[in-house]
Amino acid sequence: MIHFLQPASWSEALAMKAAHPEAMPIAGGTDVMVEINLDLHRPAGIIDLTRVPELTEWGTDDGLLRIGAGVTYSRIINELGDRLPGLAMASRTVGSPQIRNRGTVGGNLGTASPAGDAHPPLLASDALVELASNSGTRRVPAREFFIAPKRSARRDDELIAAFLIEPAAGPQQFSKVGTRNAMVIAVCSFALAIDATRKRVATGIGSAGPTPIRATDAESFIEGVLDEGRLWERPAEVPTSAVTRFGELVAAAARPIDDVRGTAAYRRHALAVLARRCFTWAWVDYRRMGAA
Amino acid sequence: MKVSCSVNGQVLVADDVWEGESLLYVLRERFGLYGSKNACEQGECGSCSVYLDGVLVCACLVLGGQVNGREILTVEGLSHRTALHPVQTAFVEAGAVQCGFCTPGLVVAAHDLLRRVPDPTEAQIREALAGNICRCTGYAKIIDAVQLAAGRMSG
Ligand SMILES: Cc1cc2nc3c(=O)[nH]c(=O)nc-3n(C[C@H](O)[C@H](O)[C@H](O)COP(=O)(O)OP(=O)(O)OC[C@H]3O[C@@H](n4cnc5c(N)ncnc54)[C@H](O)[C@@H]3O)c2cc1C
Ligand code: FES
Ligand code: FES
Repeated sequence: MIHFLQPASWSEALAMKAAHPEAMPIAGGTDVMVEINLDLHRPAGIIDLTRVPELTEWGTDDGLLRIGAGVTYSRIINELGDRLPGLAMASRTVGSPQIRNRGTVGGNLGTASPAGDAHPPLLASDALVELASNSGTRRVPAREFFIAPKRSARRDDELIAAFLIEPAAGPQQFSKVGTRNAMVIAVCSFALAIDATRKRVATGIGSAGPTPIRATDAESFIEGVLDEGRLWERPAEVPTSAVTRFGELVAAAARPIDDVRGTAAYRRHALAVLARRCFTWAWVDYRRMGAA
Repeated sequence: MKVSCSVNGQVLVADDVWEGESLLYVLRERFGLYGSKNACEQGECGSCSVYLDGVLVCACLVLGGQVNGREILTVEGLSHRTALHPVQTAFVEAGAVQCGFCTPGLVVAAHDLLRRVPDPTEAQIREALAGNICRCTGYAKIIDAVQLAAGRMSG
């Protein structure tokens, strides 16, 4: 027999999690229910978070957007697509309308799969994950959140309250390779964010290693090219050789494995292509912004 | 545990629901509403599509306890007594139904699309129905059916 707990507020949810650290939270259920239905996992208890109003709200917090863990992909697309274009693009690739209507970024972070599509854009925007328990609240950078496949910095007594992310300060892109257009787990994915204010380029790689990661060498390389050529100030085309090198460095940062969805060699190849394309598209947008 | 919710406008109650039971199981096995189909139980096929508080979801991925006090609309709730909904009529007339197993889920998903986008393009129809699998028709007639329904509903 499973206990079923249904907190009506955030403080009640934290108290229940403290009293039953073994109980599994459920939000949209799009990961949890698959496990229960297929009898892959039978939790000792379940805490339904869908009645906690605080989790479905979003607002601003000191210049950042603070988005409740229970906000669905559909709402991110409809309500935040202009401020978070990279995350919205990634959200559009998740499952189907039925899955996007129910699945949440909090649940994606809870599962912490290396293939979670929200993770690369969160990495590329240096998002923070807000974790809370009865003993306090802490904000962990997305960069430090993912530890191993399906393991994160979240302790058993903690719940994910929200994530905090800067509104886009420049063009953003997301691209994913899968076996068809809809309803597929990524073979690999890539997110890129250009920060026009700080003159930075940031990345996130998904599905090509034990955790989602940033390609920091590729980031510093391309920033160097843009700085040296004074391309931030007078946005011209970036030399093809530099874009190719950027792609190679992204591929080199990945730690892919062979599995049923693709070989490691294919993933590296595909990542180099995705990285080149995402950068090229984003740079076209940056130049257009400059012209406007 | 007890689950009580409104289904197609009527409050229904089920006792002794297992805590891990899905809304799909509750609808079919507790309430005897067999319209929503069970084909995969993993969100892949869409044959269990229903509305939960007006939002299109897979009933197999909703936990029974999560719907306490909520409103569910199933395919049974789209028709009025013996009068089919225009989406249903269009499916019949366009030949979009073969074995029929996917049909209830597709009808609900198409209904949701047309409520939001009264005159969808083919690309929009394919996108909206991407989570509904049909093993028989090859989808062409399903697209025709949605276009036929769109024309009649807006006309
Ligand atoms: C058909 C199908 C297609 C899919 N396609 C994609 C895809 O394209 N890309 C992708 O990334 N994912 C995909 N998924 C996986 C899933 O939809 C996502 O991981 C989604 O983000 C999970 O969110 P949820 O709210 O449904 O999580 P749930 O299933 O409710 O929870 C997932 C995990 O997070 C934990 N959790 C949830 N909320 C919290 C919280 N606030 N605090 C602490 N822990 C929490 C739960 O305990 C559980 O371990 C797909 C799933 C299905 C069934
Ligand atoms: S039975 Fe629910 S999606 Fe297949
Ligand atoms: S008609 Fe048979 S599955 Fe669609």
